[in-house]
Amino acid sequence: MIKKTAADLAALIASGEASAVEVAQAHLDRIAAVDGSVNAFLHVDEDIVLEQARAVDAKRAAGERLGPLAGVPIAHKDVFTTKDMPTTCSSAILDGWRPPYDATVTARLREAGLVILGKTNMDEFAMGSSTENSAYGPTHNPWDLTKIPGGSSGGSSAAVAAYEAPLATGTDTGGSIRQPAAVTGLVGMKPTYGGSSRYGLIAFASSLDTPGPLARTVLDAALLHEAFSGHDPMDSTSIDQPVPPVVEAARRADVEGLRIGVVKEFGGEGYQPGVLARFHEAVELLESLGAKVVEVSCPHFTYALPAYYLIAPSECSSNLARFDAMRYGLRVGDDGARSAEEVMALTRAEGFGPEVKRRIMLGTYALSSGYYDAYYGKAQQVRTLIGRDFDAAYTQVDVLVSPTTPTTAFPIGERADDPMAMYLADLCTIPSNLAGNAAISVPCGLADEDRMPVGLQIMAPVLADDRVYRVGAAVEKALEDRWGGPLLKEAPEL
Amino acid sequence: MSTETLVPYDEALARYEPVLGIETHIELGTNSKMFCGCPTVFGAPPNTQVCPVCLGLPGALPVTNRAAIEGIIKIGLALNCSIVEWCRFARKNYFYPDMPKNFQISQYDEPLCVEGHLDVEVDGQSYRVEIERVHMEEDTGKSLHVGGTTGRIHGADHSLVDYNRAGIPLVEIVTKPIPATGDKAPLVARAYATELRELVRALGVSDVRMEEGSMRCDVNVSLMPIGSATWGTRSETKNVNSLRSVERSVRHEIERQAAVLDAGERVVQETRHFQEDTGTTTSGRSKEEAQDYRYFPEPDLVPMSPSRDWVEELRASLPELPAARRGRVRGEWGVTEKELQDIVNAGALDLIEETVQAGAEAAAARKWWMNELSRRATAQGVELTALPVTPADVVRVSRLVAEGTINDKLARQVLDGVLAGEGTPDEVVERRGLKVVSDEGELATIIDEVIAGNPDVAEKIRSGKVAAAGALVGAVMKATRGQADAGRARELIINKLTG
Repeated sequence: MIKKTAADLAALIASGEASAVEVAQAHLDRIAAVDGSVNAFLHVDEDIVLEQARAVDAKRAAGERLGPLAGVPIAHKDVFTTKDMPTTCSSAILDGWRPPYDATVTARLREAGLVILGKTNMDEFAMGSSTENSAYGPTHNPWDLTKIPGGSSGGSSAAVAAYEAPLATGTDTGGSIRQPAAVTGLVGMKPTYGGSSRYGLIAFASSLDTPGPLARTVLDAALLHEAFSGHDPMDSTSIDQPVPPVVEAARRADVEGLRIGVVKEFGGEGYQPGVLARFHEAVELLESLGAKVVEVSCPHFTYALPAYYLIAPSECSSNLARFDAMRYGLRVGDDGARSAEEVMALTRAEGFGPEVKRRIMLGTYALSSGYYDAYYGKAQQVRTLIGRDFDAAYTQVDVLVSPTTPTTAFPIGERADDPMAMYLADLCTIPSNLAGNAAISVPCGLADEDRMPVGLQIMAPVLADDRVYRVGAAVEKALEDRWGGPLLKEAPEL
Repeated sequence: MSTETLVPYDEALARYEPVLGIETHIELGTNSKMFCGCPTVFGAPPNTQVCPVCLGLPGALPVTNRAAIEGIIKIGLALNCSIVEWCRFARKNYFYPDMPKNFQISQYDEPLCVEGHLDVEVDGQSYRVEIERVHMEEDTGKSLHVGGTTGRIHGADHSLVDYNRAGIPLVEIVTKPIPATGDKAPLVARAYATELRELVRALGVSDVRMEEGSMRCDVNVSLMPIGSATWGTRSETKNVNSLRSVERSVRHEIERQAAVLDAGERVVQETRHFQEDTGTTTSGRSKEEAQDYRYFPEPDLVPMSPSRDWVEELRASLPELPAARRGRVRGEWGVTEKELQDIVNAGALDLIEETVQAGAEAAAARKWWMNELSRRATAQGVELTALPVTPADVVRVSRLVAEGTINDKLARQVLDGVLAGEGTPDEVVERRGLKVVSDEGELATIIDEVIAGNPDVAEKIRSGKVAAAGALVGAVMKATRGQADAGRARELIINKLTG
């Protein structure tokens, strides 16, 4: 049961061959069995899970029409507010906070009848690429428990890869869905910015944060994408356009006649040979499937990482200012004698982890008077140039491809004290965030060196989300034919 | 508070030229807040008009209130500003417990309205106040400091925060430096604030009540030696909350800064607080200097680009503005500029106009509102509009006088009755029995009694000393409790004794 896809589970529930309660219970049992070693979940409340599942079964019994994912369990990243569960962003500063409202994504999951299993671990406030920056301990990669599951949506990727949930939500600010998906052998999609609502998504960097799906198949990702995306009047940056036909594209799964551009700047030094080998094979595969492949230069992509590490920290320094002990969350040092300012400072000193503090300081500095133009202002100019590189590339090709991340999953602890090395994990994913484009990561095999999963990134213009699903599904189909099944069957049993 | 040396006002102005600058915050009277749907009722119990958005809860996002943008564009147009085709909100970052997000959504280098002006008049002379910008922002919450003696944070035991005000739409209107006002500077500042208040009130976008904080002025003053071309260092007196205080704060700053400059010292660029009781300003915390607000474009909102059609629609919808209206009523009522100014200053313009429109003679309407009711409002320390008397009441009173039912003296008593809540003018006349005694028979009887009671005076009149009749008239009025027509009584007395 737990190894079935979301599409299959939904069909079983819809036909009555399985009840939503049975499906939920199977996943709760799996969580109970393996999450002690994976640590994907921060919070699971069996009663609330089963209550949601019973509601779906009751609707079905009453003959009500169910959505295409009704009754399917889902792991929900702890960055989204949930009325009935704590929401912490894996930070001590929000320990035990219960929001009075549901995020739009949460509300849409509920409307679609998805059964929320619990909240998943993440890098604190989504800052990191390994899920080691969590106040509640690191999450382990189900492929190798000594390794990181990617980040910041590492709890979500680990939960799906460990069959604790068939689906998960994530958020992608610089690669936080695609990189965890890549290093755990999953499909992870960053929709077009504004295509999915940020209302109730606890902000890291407002102009970059994008909710998206993680799943074991391209079709499952598309079904989840469709379930929670679309215009939200509560989010001013939400695009008032229909959701691109992603499910149809995932079913179509062909590349016939498509022009595919290989980003010249992503590859070579700093990339693991096994990653490049799988990537090049995937490109050859696309060509063999009927795509026209060309090399495309995007010269400013080289500057994407430094630009990102000015823009994202700048926004975060402001977004995270609200955590001040005045209204909710942790409060330190309120002894009746200290001033509000002292309590704020003590709370923030104790409540935020080192990476969050590092970025708040970076951003505060970058926005300071006298430095703004040289840092934040310049980074915004680079952002514009990266957008133009994409525009120029898309006059020649329909989609761009690259490795999702330069290396496979690295050992827990390896880069914990080396922020620069950690930041490099998002080298290839950041440009799509800066430009607001759609991008997906799909599995393309195991690296020869460590037998760990490698991801292929497929990028498309704004609101061409369907295009990356179409190409991703074609790659998935061809590779699964070659492998004789999904890549995840290669993962060790837990 | 340190005692500061002051230079007498006239002396200061003999040596120094003041330059003014005024920043005014106006809360718009929209039904909902700037970025969420919460109501905006003044005086509601603390923290009852809040939601995840205006409390700045994690994950909540702002959505711009179109009615607020409409309000600010109207203000911009009425101030002769250009409405830009594209602009953005910006975040102003600073930590304070009454700021739910620890940043305020405001506008920085891209305001919505720019380059306007407002003409004001002082003692018959017109001054053009140039407007630099009008921008949109959100209000903060309100801190209540408990346990101290002054209500200020210093010495307080603890503080409470009410977030009902957080997120109320706030328009900031910033003037360019206002030079060359000389000794009229305090009056120009006051006239500007008054005219701006009248303008915004006429637009109907705010109730502009300074005492409730829906209009607040920050007044900048600097001095330079007369003849100098370089402006001096300015002080900024924050949150001045009455028109009179605007005038007094400028006057005090001129006297204070002149003393500082006379002593060869430098004026400190700082925030100051106006003290209502003493009419002086005191130094505020100089944290403003060190404050770096780290402004950057608000990424949670998309840029604003009001369409030209919309702007023109709003321009066409503007009501008659105060300056035009004053020109019109001056002609219609036949009043001088000075008289009109008094009417405006008394807050009686709307009331008199409504009274005239409801059928009263302009002179009568003016007389009752300006002479009688205005005096009573001042005595009670309330705005004229706050008196429980309506233009319809005044129309009725003036009609009763015109018909001869009551005289002016009785009319005052009628107004007293109306103000005391005794009912409509007719009801007061009825209940208090205030009608003029017009029954000649009744009056004649009273006169006979008065003559009989005052034989000496009567004799004088008979002997030709007609002026002595006054004493008998007074006695008649006393006997009728003022309800007799004094002229008629006099006529009857003289006829009786000399005829």
